[in-house]
Amino acid sequence: MAVISAAGLARTFQTKRGPVQAVRGIDLTVREGEILGFLGPNGAGKTTTLRMLTTLLASTGGAATVAGHDLAADPAGVRRACGYVAQSGGVDAQISVREELVTQGRLYRLTKPQAIARADELARDLGLTDLLDRRTSALSGGQRRRLDIAMALTHRPKVLFLDEPTTGLDPGSRADLWDLIRRLRDEHGTTVFLTTHYLDEADALSDRLVIVDRGVVVAEGTPTALKLRYGGSIDASLQDTFLAITGRGPSPADAAPVAV
Amino acid sequence: MLLHDTALIYGRYLRQSLRSRFALLFGVLMPLLYLLFFGPLLTGLSLGGRGSSWQLLVPGLLLQLGLFGASFAGFSIIIEKGQGVVERMRVTPVSRLALLLGRVLRDATVFVFQAVLLVVAAVAMGLRAPLAGILIGFVFVALLTVSLGSLSYALAMKVHTPQAFGPLINAMTMPSMLLSGLMLPMSLAPAWLDVLSHFMPFRYLVDAVRDAYVGSYTTDHMLYGVLVALGFSALAVTVGTRVFRTAGA
Repeated sequence: MAVISAAGLARTFQTKRGPVQAVRGIDLTVREGEILGFLGPNGAGKTTTLRMLTTLLASTGGAATVAGHDLAADPAGVRRACGYVAQSGGVDAQISVREELVTQGRLYRLTKPQAIARADELARDLGLTDLLDRRTSALSGGQRRRLDIAMALTHRPKVLFLDEPTTGLDPGSRADLWDLIRRLRDEHGTTVFLTTHYLDEADALSDRLVIVDRGVVVAEGTPTALKLRYGGSIDASLQDTFLAITGRGPSPADAAPVAV
Repeated sequence: MLLHDTALIYGRYLRQSLRSRFALLFGVLMPLLYLLFFGPLLTGLSLGGRGSSWQLLVPGLLLQLGLFGASFAGFSIIIEKGQGVVERMRVTPVSRLALLLGRVLRDATVFVFQAVLLVVAAVAMGLRAPLAGILIGFVFVALLTVSLGSLSYALAMKVHTPQAFGPLINAMTMPSMLLSGLMLPMSLAPAWLDVLSHFMPFRYLVDAVRDAYVGSYTTDHMLYGVLVALGFSALAVTVGTRVFRTAGA
């Protein structure tokens, strides 16, 4: 069953130098409980797409539903059903971990006792219990990321959007985060929609990949299928496959040599 | 829901203000300096108003406090946009209007608190005014900060850098202060300046508070002041709400 489906989803920004088509028309479906890797070169429209799917940005064309709620007609329904972690996270440096978690619960309309209980529960689940009384500025990068994700999980969303969740993390923290993402899917059936520039991450984590370039979907499938189709072999690296699809990088092997 | 969300946002930002006590007091410094070093210059002059020179100056300083303070309120939201806090809140079901109202009500609280400090200092300097008039003055400070705060937040949602925001606000606040006669009443002005100042909404506010400070509560000045203050607040909150409602702002 599709938990996200988009058809021709587009966004054009009006700038002083004329309209800029950041996203020209995205068609995609994401199945319930799937971990979807959303890849593309810088400027391909990944973040813009994510911001549309989370109601932060109105689309200028096309339509999409998230967890059965139409983006344009029922943004409130979409907000109740999804969680979002932006690249920059989103916590105030001066506030304690506990206060941020409790306030987040209250923003999701929990009562105060419910919000306090939920904050404790999330802290236990994401290994933040000992950090609850620290200011968020005193957290390490990996701890910050876990807090960002805890905040997005406050209302037990069906769909979790993660924008470059592991950028800037050390290898250990990245591995922890991968485990966390898999656990969310396995234990809660959460659908995870994530963007990343780390192709090993996309390879290891995603059930399926959607590759965008210049605002449209240029390829999609399981990592294995994409390697076979675009990389030429099941043993191709995802890096080579990605470059073959987006056409950025060394010329393909069968091209005529420039000089012999 | 709007009430619940507004109270929540108000509480969050009020706690933020209380954490930085220095900033809380620092805001009152500029009008306090005017009170200390400019106020005494006026005591022997004939300024054309009723009452003492303090009854003319203090209303102006109160509105100056609100004008400069609330106009720069948007800075905080530019910082929060950079931290991702604004977007994080906007993906929750929280009322968009509450995100604005919680903030401007916090600002109104902070500036009324600063206004109280300023009036206490002014009383020490020699101000004598009826209590009702002083309370009316605080209401005007609150309305002014709600208006300017809303506009400032709305503008800050639209600009991307503090470097773009600061000069713009500076360019608006200085002429507003001078043209509304906050320091000295416009009754001293030549006709052209007096006429020009009538296009400045704050002029009506300061005239009303000056009347309140001499105990005249049923004058034309008071009527116009109340109408302009309420109208300006309604307009500013409407503009602010629009910006906060639009996704992607």
